[in-house]
Amino acid sequence: MTEKKEVPPAGGGEERPVIIELKDVCKSFEDTRVVRHMDLQVREGEFLTLLGPSGCGKTTTLRMIAGFEQPTSGQLLIEGQDMKGKAPYERNVNTVFQNYALFPHMTVFDNIAFGLVEKKVSKKEIRARVEEMLRLVQLQGFGDRMPSQLSGGQKQRVAIARALVNNPKVLLLDEPLGALDLKLRKQMQTELKHLQKSLGITFIYVTHDQEEALTMSDRIAVMNEGVLEQADVPSRIYEHPVSKFVAEFIGETNIIEAYLDAVDGDCLHATMECGHATIYAPGFVLEEMVYLSVRPENLKCSLTPVPGFAVRGIVREHIYVGNLIKTMIELPTGQILRMLSLPFTPLAQLGQLVYVYWEKDKAVLMHTKEEKLYNLIESGMLGKGEAL
Amino acid sequence: MKSSLKQRLPALVMVGPIVIWLALFIVVPLIYVLAISFMNRGVYSGVVMEFTLGNYVQMLDLEYLNVFWKSILLALETSLICLLLGYPFAVVMAKADKRMKPAMMLLIMLPFWTNSLIRTYGWNTLLRSEGIINNLLLRLGLIQKPLELLYTDGAVLLGMVYTLFPFMVLPLYSSIEKLDPALMEAAGDLGARRVRSFLRVMLPLTAPGIFAGTIQVFIPTLGYFFISDMMGGGKTMYIGNLIKNQFLSARNWPLGAALSILLILLTLLLMKLYSRVGKMEDMV
Amino acid sequence: MKQKKRRALSPQAVIYACLIYLFLYLPIFVVIAFSFNTSKMNIVFEGFTFEWYWKMFENRSLMDALKNTLIVAAASTGLSVVIGTIAAVGMYKFHFRMKNVINNALYIPVVIPEIVLGISLLAFFSLVGVQMGMGTLIISHVTFSLPFVVITLRSRLAGYDKSMEEAAMDLGANQWRTFRRVTLPILAPGIMSGAMLALTMSLDDVIVSFFTTGPNSTTLPIKIFGMVRKGVSPDVNALSTLMILATVLILITSNIIEGRMEKRKG
Repeated sequence: MTEKKEVPPAGGGEERPVIIELKDVCKSFEDTRVVRHMDLQVREGEFLTLLGPSGCGKTTTLRMIAGFEQPTSGQLLIEGQDMKGKAPYERNVNTVFQNYALFPHMTVFDNIAFGLVEKKVSKKEIRARVEEMLRLVQLQGFGDRMPSQLSGGQKQRVAIARALVNNPKVLLLDEPLGALDLKLRKQMQTELKHLQKSLGITFIYVTHDQEEALTMSDRIAVMNEGVLEQADVPSRIYEHPVSKFVAEFIGETNIIEAYLDAVDGDCLHATMECGHATIYAPGFVLEEMVYLSVRPENLKCSLTPVPGFAVRGIVREHIYVGNLIKTMIELPTGQILRMLSLPFTPLAQLGQLVYVYWEKDKAVLMHTKEEKLYNLIESGMLGKGEAL
Repeated sequence: MKSSLKQRLPALVMVGPIVIWLALFIVVPLIYVLAISFMNRGVYSGVVMEFTLGNYVQMLDLEYLNVFWKSILLALETSLICLLLGYPFAVVMAKADKRMKPAMMLLIMLPFWTNSLIRTYGWNTLLRSEGIINNLLLRLGLIQKPLELLYTDGAVLLGMVYTLFPFMVLPLYSSIEKLDPALMEAAGDLGARRVRSFLRVMLPLTAPGIFAGTIQVFIPTLGYFFISDMMGGGKTMYIGNLIKNQFLSARNWPLGAALSILLILLTLLLMKLYSRVGKMEDMV
Repeated sequence: MKQKKRRALSPQAVIYACLIYLFLYLPIFVVIAFSFNTSKMNIVFEGFTFEWYWKMFENRSLMDALKNTLIVAAASTGLSVVIGTIAAVGMYKFHFRMKNVINNALYIPVVIPEIVLGISLLAFFSLVGVQMGMGTLIISHVTFSLPFVVITLRSRLAGYDKSMEEAAMDLGANQWRTFRRVTLPILAPGIMSGAMLALTMSLDDVIVSFFTTGPNSTTLPIKIFGMVRKGVSPDVNALSTLMILATVLILITSNIIEGRMEKRKG
């Protein structure tokens, strides 16, 4: 019925070797399935973000890579080596914890030196490497302080230095900026990104903040309810989400259910409860129920009918959001569409009837959940007895 | 999920010792006491393995009932006096300057942790007929012959109040400390006079503390035989002395065990009452 | 908090507090004062002397009692801290069905009257045929102080962050090294205050010791109890004074340690 879609190639580092690989990894706690059949490859030097709402399994995935949790089934490879049964201290990865987890009874210096002491590095070398780290995170002269004497941002830097001093192949970051205020968070985002680029270390970064993910990552892996929905470069995640969940979670969007019922040149004709539209949709076939996603900035309205479209709505509200104007348009079905426009574009009056349309290639089609489930069973990813 | 022995081993090794200890030295002995309370006494000492309810029947003797009555009365008096003395003190402590509080607390804890026998002995020195107080009063000419201060029921009460006072103050303090002063101000703002806002706001809110303190005073009073020995001279028999005597001098263990079971039941009853008002953790 | 500061204590309140403290300290002062009294009788203060402190060391039975007291205190504190610490950490780390049972059993010695604990141990020891002595004393002292060690430590553990241990493992420390370098140092203040509690409880105990002591293991409180009727010699005052001093020192030390820990936590 539908052809299986290939995941488009990620931009950049394709030639780089794979450093971490998850093969069909599942994780259950008691009866709860937290991670389901996850396949993921992380390449050397990549900044990969695991993104999803709380409880989606992103932190569990990170903890499995770190070694705090063991997969219930499936394989986890680091540098080609199976990590089954390997303790955290036997892995060449280090973690920056959500709440920093600095040792309260040790000075900043001793905190950073912790891993080196365990490796029995000489005192002289420890001193040199810790000092270098303190310089790297701009905390020279803070070595003698106790963690309790540091601000949130400083603790964050110490946590990063403590992990990086061990020269890990991969740095795992579990919502490291969650506890910081907005301004500091923005600043640390840039710093972290620069740090990663200059050190060339692989970062696996867990966050629920989609904006953070978009600005920092080379690649984003979006997770929902234990399932990896999509892993791709930020621009493709934003512009070509493969599921309704991804489309709604990353940025704002308008989702309309549609039925593909006719071919219209190189496009397809979609019938919706609220009208009709023409969509450029490669990879989709006729007679399929789909979700149609149009970003607010791609939505347009006209006072006269637009060829190929037949969606009418009434302008309900204009909201001034600084650089843009957000317009709410109510469809006959009661659904509210959101439209973003620049402040100087002429605005339709409140209560006015308008015709909604978009550039034919600006709408994204996604399989409905039922279709997806069918495909998954077809492709053998799910056993016949398993339910999502 | 089933856990293998390997997963369970660390838990077993860590928690095992305390489980064995608690079982061996608390649970088993208490069960044994329960068992011997239903047995006959031996000829010289110890117990004979024969089932009987005689020990419990014997406790209904007028003589013993009198002991229980006296003991309960003493425990009630002690609790009440501790509460009346302790509540204002706890309020003062809660209101005191933040820098003063640790010092005030330390000053309460010091006698609390000093050997209670030494302190009771101090009172003994003060109160005996040739003791300091009598001596002082004689010299001042206020009395002609020494007063009977020691070896009276009043002296026992004093000793109990003195020893158990901190047990009352600590839970009272922690519940009063938690009280938001804005609540009392709100009560005042809403037109309640000081007495009324005390009765309608402060008292109900500090009830868990009052209960905890009362229980922590009431229960030990029943068992502190050395205070009634040292301050009362054994003139009046209380339940603690009775139990002690059954085990050490009269050698009637089954009766002593039955009396102990009675104490435990009383304790459980009070705890049950308490669990309706406050949390167990606050007791400690 | 600010509102509390504004209102200073009234003079009546201060006087009341002072009277209560006087009541609490009066017998203690009497014991201390008479340890320096030249008269053999604890009646009037005749003159100042250190004599009794020297006499005290010559009194064999008193010194034996002191020795026994200290041995029992040290041994029972050590044992209950080791068992209690391991148990508290184990109960924090692992989840198992027995947990609630253990929790309830822990509260038994806390709530039942000491005399019941004393006679049940006496009955138990004679049932299994153990000779009363230092051994039975140490066991009984561990039994009543163990719950307090566990409860003290558990309140510390409530604020303990498990990710601290994960961080140590992540940085290359194995389980043992993690325990030594992270878990133990972080719990140290809790272990210390648990130990202080066990120590003072052991030194303070009269009732349980009364039932579980043997003829050759008389502790100081038991010794004093036996002497009170006949009249106490002033060297007992001297020894009591030293014991009070020891308690004061223990309490102040643990207060300082705790204060320092609080400060470090920020």
